[in-house]
Amino acid sequence: MKYYDPFILPFTIGLYFIFTFLVVKYAIWIFRLPKPDLIKIGKGFFTVKTFSATKEVFMESLLHRKVFKVNPVLGYMHMSLAMGWFLLILFGKIGTLSFSQDFFNPVHYAIFFKFFEPEDPHFFYSKTYYFLMDTFLLFILTGVGLAVFKRFRSKIFGLKKTTKTKLGDKFALSALWLIFPFRLLAESFTSGLHHSGHYLTGSLGIFFAGFLPLEMLVYPSWWAYSLALGVFFVALPFSRYTHIPTEMFLIFLRNYGIKTGNEFSGFSQAEILSCSRCGICIDKCQLTVAGCENAQPVYFLQDLRNNELTPELAMNCLQCGRCEEFCPVGIDIKKLRLIPRNELTSDNADFGYLPAAETRKAEVVFFAGCMTHLTPGIKKAMKNILDQAEIDYWFLDEDGGVCCGRPLILAGEMDSARQLIDYNRKLIFDSGAKILVTSCPICLKVFKKEYHLDVEILHHSEFILRLVEQGQIRLNKQLTRIAYHDPCELGRGSGIYDEPRNLINKTGTLVGSETEREQALCCGNSLGSFRLSAAHADHIMKDALDSLSTGNPDILATSCPLCKKTFSKAGKIPVKDIAELTAEAMSSNKDSIPEKKDFPEKNMDFAECRVCELEEEII
Amino acid sequence: METPENNKTRFGFGLTKGRQIDYDANDKKLCRFVVENEPSLLLCIGCGGCTATCTAAGFTDFNFRKLHHLLRRGEVFNLEKSMKNCMLCGKCKLVCPRGVNTRNVIFSLKRAFKMTDFSKTQ
Repeated sequence: MKYYDPFILPFTIGLYFIFTFLVVKYAIWIFRLPKPDLIKIGKGFFTVKTFSATKEVFMESLLHRKVFKVNPVLGYMHMSLAMGWFLLILFGKIGTLSFSQDFFNPVHYAIFFKFFEPEDPHFFYSKTYYFLMDTFLLFILTGVGLAVFKRFRSKIFGLKKTTKTKLGDKFALSALWLIFPFRLLAESFTSGLHHSGHYLTGSLGIFFAGFLPLEMLVYPSWWAYSLALGVFFVALPFSRYTHIPTEMFLIFLRNYGIKTGNEFSGFSQAEILSCSRCGICIDKCQLTVAGCENAQPVYFLQDLRNNELTPELAMNCLQCGRCEEFCPVGIDIKKLRLIPRNELTSDNADFGYLPAAETRKAEVVFFAGCMTHLTPGIKKAMKNILDQAEIDYWFLDEDGGVCCGRPLILAGEMDSARQLIDYNRKLIFDSGAKILVTSCPICLKVFKKEYHLDVEILHHSEFILRLVEQGQIRLNKQLTRIAYHDPCELGRGSGIYDEPRNLINKTGTLVGSETEREQALCCGNSLGSFRLSAAHADHIMKDALDSLSTGNPDILATSCPLCKKTFSKAGKIPVKDIAELTAEAMSSNKDSIPEKKDFPEKNMDFAECRVCELEEEII
Repeated sequence: METPENNKTRFGFGLTKGRQIDYDANDKKLCRFVVENEPSLLLCIGCGGCTATCTAAGFTDFNFRKLHHLLRRGEVFNLEKSMKNCMLCGKCKLVCPRGVNTRNVIFSLKRAFKMTDFSKTQ
């Protein structure tokens, strides 16, 4: 038989195995997609979306643009392996087509071309072809070298910690590392024997021919190359390398508009298996600061894939979304973490006791939210501002009110939250307001995402800035240096970064800090976390505070009552909400000297009576 | 047969249910489960701050302090119904002077009631 030798069997068997496996798996996933998602695929398939998905596959799966953004060396390592291998296959195929003039030559013919044609036959542009093949191989080998180096020293890749590997991963990893050195040896030995090969394989061949019995080594080296390929292909579905084909599949689904739902579906399966366990999220996750070793997204997804997820792991997440900002695959980790939470609880809360509250007609509805009620300074400042601007407003939850529903959603209790949402929604709707203002980013997010309101929903920083720009309130700029902390739910959650900053620039001088905007740190007291102990949360808070204090500011500003409360606890620096800053700048005279640095404001509420703070450390 | 309700209304007088705490009959399994999941509950000094700030307590007799008390005693008969009032808003956690993760206490109870071996005791 033409183009046949027994050594190709491991490779061919492996290739057919992986091919069948993936086709069956993807078919099952597509079958398990909810109907609306299937319709989206059908509608999007013959549109420009397919092209944009192809482009994204090229940028992310081959060039690894997002990994480059995190760290150039890490990006190069991934790119050299992916792009190099892709080019090797592509050009290998083109070369064999050009030589054999047979479009239907078998796959292994291109992979083991050197074995079948050891004399380097001439064909159209064959010199260039041999040069390119050597270059691509060298390109990949540099990547493999870096990968091996990374196992021992991950620091130069910008990673303090690298992922702990499982048995299946170790198997596939070793095979992957061996594939290309084996190819190099096999090609060099063949070249040495036949006096062929280009600059890499040719010179190495001459070198080896000097002291090695190449006749005896050539055939085993081809076997080794084929075996390494075969082992890698067979191990691929059981290791993290499933991400290579699955990520491409995921990119296509995502481009057709499919999103992670409230239940596990074919799409979330694809997301889970797309995780490459690159370990970028390990350093970015603030639970690492708190000393939690196994709660990072990479381990969460790994446990989810292996059906080993413990309730502890599902509940231990701040939902700050920092991992998603850096994830090169773009997995919707926050949403995935909520699905197992839903499976844990009964989700049967009953809020039938809520009274039919009275509504008031007003232009603007102000919703303070539970957390603002625990920071009365913000409430007072907001009232002050709204009165000063002569706004016709209704303070919806002045007497306590009802929770917005977001904390229940974060507990995975969507149905229970729905009752609260309906209750508040009716109140807002009946008021006939055009604008809904809230001083809590946690409420803001749920208002925007789940309430489906017909009114304009604004965070108080946006609203106050608007008032200032419209001249309804006048601010006197002071000399205070202010650092701004981006709350997770406001920044990454709702994409509001500039409005609070503009407002700060009108009341004082904004000082930059190490971690800002998309990279902002969480204060540690997030409602998303259920398992984090008070002592652990304090670690995270102190770490974030250190990073915010790098510019040596006089005041720390934030626009979330929960963050304010958390940072005030440290007592290091006065913490103020955007509303409080504005209210102060509003009332002060033009001639007044800048305020002196004072102690953190004492709230009148109960929370500040932390009697035995020290004992928390015992927990 | 006379029901307790009938007893209550007879001539304006009635027999109230016995109030003795029978530790032998009470079920501490639930308490053990919750404490295992949220050990910080043991730090509670019963100050009642959680109850004072509770959103749900403004509308109902939901009372975290009492709930904890009954749980520790093992009188878990009405807990599941009571749990349904909680909005998980987390104000109680923020005001707790002992750093008790009250939200996880409630969540652990909800988890327990979903498990079959706990719902049997109800």
